[in-house]
Amino acid sequence: MNLNFLDFEQPIAELEAKIEELRYIGNDAELNITDEITRLRARSQELTRNIFSNLTAHQISRLARHPQRPYTLDYVQRIFTDFEELHGDRAFGDDPAIVCGLARIGGMPVVVIGHQKGRNTQETILRNYGMAKPEGYRKALRVMKLAERFGLPLVTLIDTPGAYPGIDAEERGQSEAIARNLYEMSGLQIPILACVIGEGGSGGALAIGVADRIIMLEYSTYSVISPEGCAAILWKSAEGAGEAADALGLTSSRLLELRLVDQVIPEPLGGAHRDVGETASRLRAALLENLSTLKRIPVQQLVEQRHERLMRYGQFGRG
Amino acid sequence: MTEGGFGTMNWFKRLLPSRIRTEGISKRAVPEGVWTSCPACKAMLYRAELERNLDVCPKCGHHMRISARRRLDKFLDAEPRSELAGDVRPVDFLKFKDTRKYKDRLTQAQKDTGEADALVVMRGALRGMPVVACAFEFEFMGGSMGSVVGERFVRATDAALQERIPLVCFSASGGARMQEALVSLMQMGKTSAALRRLGDQGVPFVSVLTDPTMGGVSASLAMLGDVNVAEPNALIGFAGPRVIEQTVRQVLPEGFQRSEFLLAHGAIDMIVDRRQLRDRLGSILSILSGKQAT
Repeated sequence: MNLNFLDFEQPIAELEAKIEELRYIGNDAELNITDEITRLRARSQELTRNIFSNLTAHQISRLARHPQRPYTLDYVQRIFTDFEELHGDRAFGDDPAIVCGLARIGGMPVVVIGHQKGRNTQETILRNYGMAKPEGYRKALRVMKLAERFGLPLVTLIDTPGAYPGIDAEERGQSEAIARNLYEMSGLQIPILACVIGEGGSGGALAIGVADRIIMLEYSTYSVISPEGCAAILWKSAEGAGEAADALGLTSSRLLELRLVDQVIPEPLGGAHRDVGETASRLRAALLENLSTLKRIPVQQLVEQRHERLMRYGQFGRG
Repeated sequence: MTEGGFGTMNWFKRLLPSRIRTEGISKRAVPEGVWTSCPACKAMLYRAELERNLDVCPKCGHHMRISARRRLDKFLDAEPRSELAGDVRPVDFLKFKDTRKYKDRLTQAQKDTGEADALVVMRGALRGMPVVACAFEFEFMGGSMGSVVGERFVRATDAALQERIPLVCFSASGGARMQEALVSLMQMGKTSAALRRLGDQGVPFVSVLTDPTMGGVSASLAMLGDVNVAEPNALIGFAGPRVIEQTVRQVLPEGFQRSEFLLAHGAIDMIVDRRQLRDRLGSILSILSGKQAT
């Protein structure tokens, strides 16, 4: 089992292993196996296309959490220039699960805020799996206010299982920290563009997700609860995760249908992690396009539209 | 959960799963009959006396959960009263189905509680001062917030804004309603944005957090009061105690996520006994709104 591939991708992993093997032999024995490799490559591509054209919601939710999926700083590095990270909430500490900074995109000065997960064990612990504590949300809010003061558009990159459920987080007011961000973001006098790049986990995601435009990478998810969490509660077993994922409609295509997100950015074949450079360049284009649209709208009108958008959420009957 | 530490384990255990339970348990804090027992101190109580005492145990002071309608009935002046946004009613727009259909859960909850959804809004008066007051019905799918709760809350803020009269909200909720998926998460943004409009216009909002106030409701409207008040010993927090215990793998400190814990950590302004809410909130709102209480 190749750990770089999820279980439903294992047939691809096997083909890729075969290709690697052939290449190794090729180098060794100077046999002409280029044709064979080309043939296998094509098959691998076709297989990937087949598998990825029929992904279930639960499979997508696992891709969104793929250990190799690019994280905020992977995109920051490839998309933005002059990035200067800003640290600390000025009250308690600096939460590494959220990164904030000044940056430029295509020369345009912006503020960027994103959840940050860790790649290896050590970094994963440091970043706390991308689960922020109150000081993380308060750092984000401080930097949003800074953006507002200097009229800088805000770009947020969402990728978190959720706000950290821990003793210290509760002691420092996790609820209030999230609530305050929602309150403030709803009236922030700058353009806000939010993009879900991986896992959009509940209140922890929304705490940097109130925006004028909400866009998503194709294999990212956005949900009120994880499929596993939902299954544990409503199905009373983890076995229900597949059904829960379907019921929650957490995929980008479904959320676009429901008009809860504005745009979906297609990922390269096999997902963002198979070609990070290409994903970053597509994301960059989408960010630039949306930012230039938002920047053309007078800020008062923008805030009014944001408020109206928020007020439109929900479906109900009368009488 | 911690063993010991709470002399009220039965009551406490029953309370614990409530954040996520949407059916079944503790249908009535006070069972039918002349006599009842306090779930906290086990004292036998004369039912009529308990009701006169606003469902606070006369022996130990334990605050029992009460329905939204009874809550508003006991809080507001007898006259005038009119219900707002009662015409906003739930629909199963996602055709959500877990082990049961959402549609069936709604029907069941409506039958059990007599409410259309988990929030009741009233235009009324408190000690002669006009107010808008709303209360969560915890027995309706755990007081969970979906489209109807969000919309009714926004209409409550609209009414308060229009008349420039204070808004009071009694929260009791497990959080966002899973059966409305991401739409219910968005109610957090919706209600918070509505409160910002209220705040910007200098219209007071007092949030009264009652047992239990968790998850998406705690992390939006409930924590955004100009003054945050809690009833004694209410469970209030973002994540549920069981989730936290499973995450941090340690025993939770005594009194964790209780009103007294929140007061000590600076999350709320005060703890007020239910029997004093009318007096104390009347006084606070009178100062904030510059109106005279009777």
